[in-house]
Amino acid sequence: MTLTQLPARRPESATPAVARRDRWAKLDLKVSPYVYVAPFFVVFAVVGLFPLLYTGYVSLFDWQLGDDTAKFLGAGNYTELLTDAQFWNALANTVSIFLLSSVPQVIVAIGVAALLNTNLRLRTGFRMGVLVPYVASLVAVGIIFGNLFGVNYGLVNSVMDLIGIGPIDWQGNRLASHIAIATMVNWRWTGYNALIVLAAMQAIPPELHEAAMIDGAGPWRRFTNITLPMLRPTITFVVITSTIGGLQIFTEPKLFSAQPGSNTGGSTNQFQTVTLYLYQSAFENLRLGYASAIAWALFLVIVVAAVGNYFLTRRLSR
Amino acid sequence: MTRRPGFLVYGLLGAFVLGSVFPLYWSFLVPSHGNDILTDKVPPLWPGGNFLANAQQVLDTVPFWHAMLNSLIVSGSVALSVVVFSTLAGFAFAKLNFRGSNVLFVLVVVTMAVPTQLGIIPLYMAMSEFGWAGHLQAVIVPNLVSAFGVFWMRQYLVDAVPSELIEAARADGCSMIRVFWHVAVPAARPAAAMLGLFTFMQSWNDFLWPLIALDQNNPTIQLALEQLQAGYYVNYALVLAGTTLATIPIFLLFVVVGRQLVAGIMQGAVKG
Repeated sequence: MTLTQLPARRPESATPAVARRDRWAKLDLKVSPYVYVAPFFVVFAVVGLFPLLYTGYVSLFDWQLGDDTAKFLGAGNYTELLTDAQFWNALANTVSIFLLSSVPQVIVAIGVAALLNTNLRLRTGFRMGVLVPYVASLVAVGIIFGNLFGVNYGLVNSVMDLIGIGPIDWQGNRLASHIAIATMVNWRWTGYNALIVLAAMQAIPPELHEAAMIDGAGPWRRFTNITLPMLRPTITFVVITSTIGGLQIFTEPKLFSAQPGSNTGGSTNQFQTVTLYLYQSAFENLRLGYASAIAWALFLVIVVAAVGNYFLTRRLSR
Repeated sequence: MTRRPGFLVYGLLGAFVLGSVFPLYWSFLVPSHGNDILTDKVPPLWPGGNFLANAQQVLDTVPFWHAMLNSLIVSGSVALSVVVFSTLAGFAFAKLNFRGSNVLFVLVVVTMAVPTQLGIIPLYMAMSEFGWAGHLQAVIVPNLVSAFGVFWMRQYLVDAVPSELIEAARADGCSMIRVFWHVAVPAARPAAAMLGLFTFMQSWNDFLWPLIALDQNNPTIQLALEQLQAGYYVNYALVLAGTTLATIPIFLLFVVVGRQLVAGIMQGAVKG
């Protein structure tokens, strides 16, 4: 291959071979970047973007699973969705579980990060320790916490019994089931987010704290007036990623159910989330069109929530 | 800052770590004794000797090794593919000048926030059309690329590869792909390893899409766990033995690379 040989010295007169090589090099320089980024865009368009858009198309039909004679409905699925009590119930559950998981999670993560940001012995050990829940799969977490929050023989109720509270019906009571599911989410992600916040804390220039200390600001004032404002971009990032993920929550409520394998999210749908309802509509009720309408509605909710959170976090931590 | 923190800090952090570890320990404790400890007023905190018997029962109930192998194949292929394509695209975005690169990179960033999981219905229709449903390619192909991966590699390579080195190699007549291979790839190795690790774990955990695209005869490990649980009466000694067995390989991986995992999460936070 003459093309890849390293020319030690270039002859001044351009022989045809050199000219060809130069032209090739120019082409190589021009085209290569597109070739390198193309696989990402092509594959994403085919397996990511297209299915999402096609979901919008399917949502306009009465499309049964395994049936090729789809009937066009127009906005029919959406008007049905607006008056579907089960959908609104699922949306309320999703938002409730999301709030119960994200708000305490961010607050505790900041606290844990502040603790980790001290001059600890065994620093790496503690950092790894808070990340341990990350090794458990969501399915495992769902099963384990389903057991811990068991109504009759769960450890949580046993402990609460010892101190004279309860028993609480973690399955049947709507709010209690939301708290139990939010606990799973918080357990798995708080330590992870604490590490992200810790990294942001360590990026704050120490001079800021020193200057404030000279001005007589105590630790709490320095925390609220320096640390928190400096963490704003990171907190915004954590909140938005947890919004996008949290509103699609599926595995935890599905595995938490006392009737394993069911998609109802409890006997009266008390903890059925939107994605769980989407799954039930598509693969249990076999209504692909209606499930697609749910998917698009959820997509809209996620966009609104993510944008809303962006502005909210900016304002709150200003 | 140089002063050692007091007892309170250690106490609070210790409690947090204990809470982080306990549910996993519990999932080992129950099968090591048996279902009877679930009814104890005060359960024993020391493991008993029944774990292996319950683990054996897991292997008899579901195709555990088959599921593990499937998960290994799926997560391994997905991680490899994401690393290769992300490094290629990340290199182009970080170091090469081309028309439209800014717009395309903004597209990548926007793409990160797109909940592609909501496209599962057409994806399922396509998979059944191709006859892929039930086969591993149905869960591999939709995850071959990752916007986060491209973003991550780009952020890393911007600083990791000196532009002068690329220009020097080009002036010496190196083709672009050789520059990539000999300059970018060696520099990208630490970030690529992190990306591979995160992608592997994420794919290992995936549940919703495999539940739709695969069936019980050819499950991933997460589907096998769900299958264990899906009886009318849940035998927790059996099911928790299953979750523990499935968690052990990831836990061992964590013991070996946990330090790097911590560093990777923190690095990603500052760069991202």
